[in-house]
Amino acid sequence: MTTLHETAPVIDAHQDIQFDGTIGENLVENAKFSTRNVNVFYGEKQAIFDASLDIAENEVIALIGPSGCGKSTYLRSLNRMNDTIPICRVEGELKLDGENIYGKSMDPVLLRARVGMVFQKPNPFPKSIYDNVAYGPRIHGLARNSSELDEIVETSLQKAGLFKEVKDRLDAPGTGLSGGQQQRLCIARTIAVSPEVILMDEPASALDPIATATIEELIDELRENFTIAIVTHSMQQAARVSQRTAYFHLGRLIEVGQTNQIFTNPRHQLTENYITGKFG
Amino acid sequence: MTASVLILLIIGLSILAFLAGRFRAARAQKNGRLKALPKHYGYYTAIWSGLPALILLVAWSALKPVYIHEQIREVLPQSVLTQSNASVDLYMNDILLAIQNNDTRDDPVLIRAVDRYQQLQQESNWILTVLVVLLGLSGIVYAMTNSLLRTQARSHTETVIRVALFICSGVAIVTTIGIVLSVLFESLRFFQSVNFFDFVFGTKWSPQIAIRADQAGSSGAFGAVPLFFGTLLISAIALLIAVPVGLFSAIYLSEYASQRFRATAKPALEILAGIPTVVYGFFAALTVAPFIRDLGQSIGLDVSSESALAAGVVMGVMIIPFVSSLSDDVITAVPQAMRDGSLGLGATRSETIKQVIIPAALPGIVGGVLLAASRAIGETMIVVMAAGLSANLTANPLEAVTTVTVQIVTLLTGDQEFDSPKTLAAFALGLMLFVTTLVLNVFALHIVRKYREQYE
Repeated sequence: MTTLHETAPVIDAHQDIQFDGTIGENLVENAKFSTRNVNVFYGEKQAIFDASLDIAENEVIALIGPSGCGKSTYLRSLNRMNDTIPICRVEGELKLDGENIYGKSMDPVLLRARVGMVFQKPNPFPKSIYDNVAYGPRIHGLARNSSELDEIVETSLQKAGLFKEVKDRLDAPGTGLSGGQQQRLCIARTIAVSPEVILMDEPASALDPIATATIEELIDELRENFTIAIVTHSMQQAARVSQRTAYFHLGRLIEVGQTNQIFTNPRHQLTENYITGKFG
Repeated sequence: MTASVLILLIIGLSILAFLAGRFRAARAQKNGRLKALPKHYGYYTAIWSGLPALILLVAWSALKPVYIHEQIREVLPQSVLTQSNASVDLYMNDILLAIQNNDTRDDPVLIRAVDRYQQLQQESNWILTVLVVLLGLSGIVYAMTNSLLRTQARSHTETVIRVALFICSGVAIVTTIGIVLSVLFESLRFFQSVNFFDFVFGTKWSPQIAIRADQAGSSGAFGAVPLFFGTLLISAIALLIAVPVGLFSAIYLSEYASQRFRATAKPALEILAGIPTVVYGFFAALTVAPFIRDLGQSIGLDVSSESALAAGVVMGVMIIPFVSSLSDDVITAVPQAMRDGSLGLGATRSETIKQVIIPAALPGIVGGVLLAASRAIGETMIVVMAAGLSANLTANPLEAVTTVTVQIVTLLTGDQEFDSPKTLAAFALGLMLFVTTLVLNVFALHIVRKYREQYE
């Protein structure tokens, strides 16, 4: 019996890939995040194989790849959100500013205050708009009095481009906003804690094109103050918002490079297949 | 033929009608599109066949005794008829007894009445059977006519189902109203002999009424305050135990426990709810109450062997599963996205639970507490056994107290005369209890609405 590979050159997302290490500039100098040989397992199943990637300060890096390629898993291992999944196990060396993320001295609670996260589906708390944004500052004691808290809430909403729309109804429930507004509220909530890094897991995939455009503009503005890693299914979005792009395929980090280079001149066959739409 | 045979007959005819209607529609379907599926035509014909027959059967069964009663009156002698209605009813009972025992005591009047009764019964049965069969068959005949295929069979069927559902939901409401009215009228009779305000605000409860006016305690005292206070005291003790224990165990089970522990512990907790309250009662009376008394005496307190504390503690244990199981369900139902959102902001697990999960689950938790509270207020067995019967007006949980439900039980057990205030007091107590729990429920619903935090 012969296999398909021998008889015809069919392009298949699940073909056995030729992987001889990541191609491109996956490592940078003065990295904010540096990860080496990361392996992630869900029980017996391995989701990420030997991924080594650096994320530089104040850059937007896009993680792209077909569904199930491990990009969200990689993202969630950066702020230990995978800890909430009992069967998940992370191996390898992951460092934030040279400090081991999975080390004994690292408190995941403090880590997550430094590395904020915005999720695929907007998930505002069932509280007022004000309380949603004030939640983080309150639990971390960032404001000494109520006027300071007011200020944090206002600037966070302004940075998230939401303040004008909601300034007259800060007491209204956050869940009453539209989907795009809810996502910007979640971004404001994340900014309010003053994190160093913001991880975004497909932040615009549940939104309409106009709300998506607003979020993309916002990401571009946020780059001045934050380091951002964004997982996205939309290659246009990756091209629009990011400086560097990393391509994952079946748990392997295939190629990393400048975004315009990845989209105009991919070096790996799999990357080329993906961005030209041969599979997705 | 008896009613059960007739019901079987109706069911049989309906099945036949269903098959006939479906067959007719299925055959017509081959020639073109119908307005509904063949089975809908089946249901439609079955309803036409079965429903009128069933309504007739019910109406007939309701009206038949009245009619037979009237007919029998005609054969009864004037001497019986001129007496009160009750004596006619008694005579009807005699007739039934005579038939049952096959003994007419050679009384010519009775023999005539029995004959007439049996003849009427037989006639009625024959007419009913014929009518039922006729109605059932006519439904099938109707199904076989051409007009069937032009009807909106599905929407007609759905209308009938909808009406049936409406009637079912109405049953609960009508029953509630009936219960309230019956209690209300008995209570009004009670308030004719006892002043309403003396009852509601009186602090002395001693419902014994002497037979003769010159006996001691001839007045009787119907002040309900000690009873309601006892009820509230015991319920408060019970909730004081059940709410923290239940809520904390729910939080542990849903947020911290491993899947395996949860799978074992939750059913085990729910077994508590399955223990009969009588068993709790003697556990309270034989184990907990003496234990509390001995404990109190060892530190120099005067504890009676039946105490509000003992009953309250055991009752609290009994209602733990209501709080824990329901709270666990609603906490588990809070979306994972809420937890992720909070944890992603650097909140600890405890902050997440206190500030996001509990507020989101609050309506359900309050619902569980309410259910537990109404169980506690309505609970009788434990209190009868462990808290005593003496109507003390005291806030001391170490003394014997009594509750509304216990007094209702003691007032209504044994031989009673239903026109004495002593017995009627039970209905007034029941009404008060009902109003109290109603007010509690409305109040709690209001709180839940006010603090409800919606999540999607």
